[in-house]
Order: sequence, then C-alpha cells, then structure tokens
Amino acid sequence: MSLAGEVMLIAGKDLRVEARSRVTVSQVLPFGAIVLLLFAFALDPDRGRLTAVAPGLFWVAVLLAALLAIGRSFGIEQQNGARDGLRLSGIDGAAVFLGKTVAIGVQLLLLEVVLGLGVAALYGVEVTSVPILVLAGLAATAGLAATGTLFGVLAAGLRTRETLLPLLLLPVITPVMLGATRAFESGLGGEASEAWPWIALLGLFAVLYLSVGVLAFGPLWEDT
Amino acid sequence: MVPLVRLRSVVCLLGRFPALAGVDLDVARGEIVLLTGPNGAGKTTLLRVLAGLLAVHRGQVEVLGQDLTIDRRAHRRGLALVGHDTFCYDDLTTRENLRFAARASGRDLATADVALERLGLTAQADVTHGRLSAGQRRRLAIAVALARDPHLLLLDEPHAGLDASGRVLLDEIVAGAPAEGRTVLLASHELDLTRPLATREVAVVGGRASALLAPSLLEQPAAIPEPAT
Repeated sequence: MSLAGEVMLIAGKDLRVEARSRVTVSQVLPFGAIVLLLFAFALDPDRGRLTAVAPGLFWVAVLLAALLAIGRSFGIEQQNGARDGLRLSGIDGAAVFLGKTVAIGVQLLLLEVVLGLGVAALYGVEVTSVPILVLAGLAATAGLAATGTLFGVLAAGLRTRETLLPLLLLPVITPVMLGATRAFESGLGGEASEAWPWIALLGLFAVLYLSVGVLAFGPLWEDT
Repeated sequence: MVPLVRLRSVVCLLGRFPALAGVDLDVARGEIVLLTGPNGAGKTTLLRVLAGLLAVHRGQVEVLGQDLTIDRRAHRRGLALVGHDTFCYDDLTTRENLRFAARASGRDLATADVALERLGLTAQADVTHGRLSAGQRRRLAIAVALARDPHLLLLDEPHAGLDASGRVLLDEIVAGAPAEGRTVLLASHELDLTRPLATREVAVVGGRASALLAPSLLEQPAAIPEPAT
C-alpha cells in the first residue's frame, strides 16, 4: 500500500472510531462552547471589549478543546493494546503521524465551524474577509494538529499523559495562537493586508511541524 | 538452510530486570514449537522480542531473515502475535477490526472475511468489540492474527478464555499451520492441550533457554512450500 493509502487508512479508522463513540460531538464540542460562553459571561458588561478580544478567545477555546481531541486520539490506541497491533502491522510511522494529523485536523475544522458560529452569535463580531478567515483557519489547524500529534505521542505511553500533554504542547503552540489571533483580527473588522504575514507564519509553522513529525514520529511511536 | 528464527545469547532487560538472560533458539520453517516454563520465566518477553515490540540489549536476533538488532520493523508484515490483548478498537465492529488489520498489514479484504468465518464470528460481524464477550474477543484476536496471513504465528496462552468449541478450532488452526506455510511458536501453561500439537518443546526458565537445531534438522521442513508474500 502506498503512503497515501496508509495515511487514509489511519485517518479513516480514527474518524470512524470518533463518529461511533460520539466523543467529539458529545464532549469536545460542548467543552469548547462552554469555554466561549464563560468568556461571554465574564466580559459581558463591556460588549466592546468582548468583540475586540473575540479572535483570541475563539482560538483559546479551540486550543483547549484540541487538547481533548489529541488526548483522545492516542487514548484509543491504549485500549486493548491497539497500539501494539498497529505497530505489528508494519505501517510506516510517518503514515501513522499523517493519518492521525488528518483525523485531528478534520475534527478541529468541524469544531472551528461550530465555535465560529457561536462567536458570531455571542460576541457580535463582523466578518469582513471570509478568505482570510478560511486560509488562517486551515493553516492554524494544520499546525495545531501536526504539533498536537507529535507531542501527543511523546505523552502517550505515560500514566501522566493527561497532564503532561498540555504542559508540553502549550508553550510550543504559542506562535500558532499568536498568528491565528492576529490574522482573525484582520478578517473580523481589521485591515485585511495585515493578515498575510501572519498567515505566512502559520503556513511556515505547519510545514515545519509536518516535516519534523514525518521524520521524528516513527522512532517516538516505537520507543515511548 | 537458515532457520526462520535464530537467537543467540539474547539478553532483554525490562527496566533493570533481565527478563531474558541468555536465550539460544533455532526454529525451522514449519515447526510448531511449544514454549513452557513457570510464570515470569520470560515466555511473553521472548514472543514480544520476536515480534520486534521489545529491543534486545545483547545478543543476536534474526527473524524471517531480518536482523532485529538493526531493524525491528521490516519483518513485522510476515508475522502475527496473539497476546494478552486483542489489539482491537472498542468502537469498531468485528468485521471493521478484521478488515483494518488485514489492510494495515497489506492483505486484501477477502483475507479478513475468511478469518471471520473460520473463527465462527459471522453472527458477531457487526457487533462492536466493546460489546463482545471475553470468549468472542479471544476468537477475534486469533482471527485478527489470521487476517494478517502470517508466515510466523506467535501465540501467547491462546487457549485462555476460549470455550470448548473455540479450543477445538484453535487446535485445528495450529495443527494445520505447517500445511498453510506457517511456523508457530506457542507459549502455554495448558500442556495437556498444547503438547499433542507441538513438534518440539522448549523450556524457558529464569529467562534462559537453549534449543538449537542441528543443521540436518533444519533441512527437514524444507518440503513445506514457501508462503506467498
């Protein structure tokens, strides 16, 4: 089977498991929505401030929900020794990395669409450039999913993985949070031309972590 | 003829504990080798080393022509392990788990469907793994191994949890393995069930075993056809 075939096999399996278990729909999505709602309650007296900080709050909500999705992606491999089964199949580590990144990315995109609608409804933001939001969203999602998958495997074999994953991931993901927030500010009432350097940064980060993941995930998958 | 499995002075540490403290073993193509020994003797560790899931700290390990001290992955598509876990996903059905295992190992879906029928799991084909009984899960674990169409079948206490008909089925699979081009290493405490199946018995005691084959014996199973890759 080709690398692309193996990637689609892993992504399809992960997405099927998530669709069947409904954890994304019943836990990850509501968690993100609750985070947005809490921010809305906390900042409600100052509606102007809420609108101004909406991009940042949106990406914080996405990031916190992403931690659940990433933890879940490796949690299912701990069930019944599934990880050993996957290793025994001889599938290339790079294919496992890319497959899991695709599956997490698809879940995050779904999450972002729903939370985006929530931000529009709760925070009263004005969309001025849909292409900027789409491009920034895709690049940030790719970076977040790739970095999450890479650090997810580091924490996967440990009993402390639930607490270790945020500790490892949050500092590294700062450029994505910064770039995505700035690009979204431009797409939500700001100056559109200011978004492109941030989108370029997001793209660069995604390519960097996708490359590092393809090279480094295999040994980590084998030995952690 | 080079043996299918060749271990020399193999040492494997789990933490600081030497789970294998010097294993010398040859297995020729088509053999059914029974590994015996008390709990903690190192039988499961030995099977996991052969599967490439554990690295050795000293010694030589060659399985299916691959030197595992250099590459622990390359030989995996030629083997299957039935261990204490089923290697399955709770939210996938029996059929989905089997088809995933077959495709991940580079086999076609028909191999998975044959394994499903062979283990008598057709009625449970659309039941998720999480809802199967312990015995049905055990059958599924064996079916997953067959769906990989392995040349080398590693079985760790395979009779555990199986009902009478399941045990008969498993015995038929093990006994028929050489004719299908498979070699079997079987770790078991149920010696009354497994001794009649085995062509050779190897005792593992305190992480040590020594069972080398004379070159003349390595020639004997050559009549068994090479399995298709």
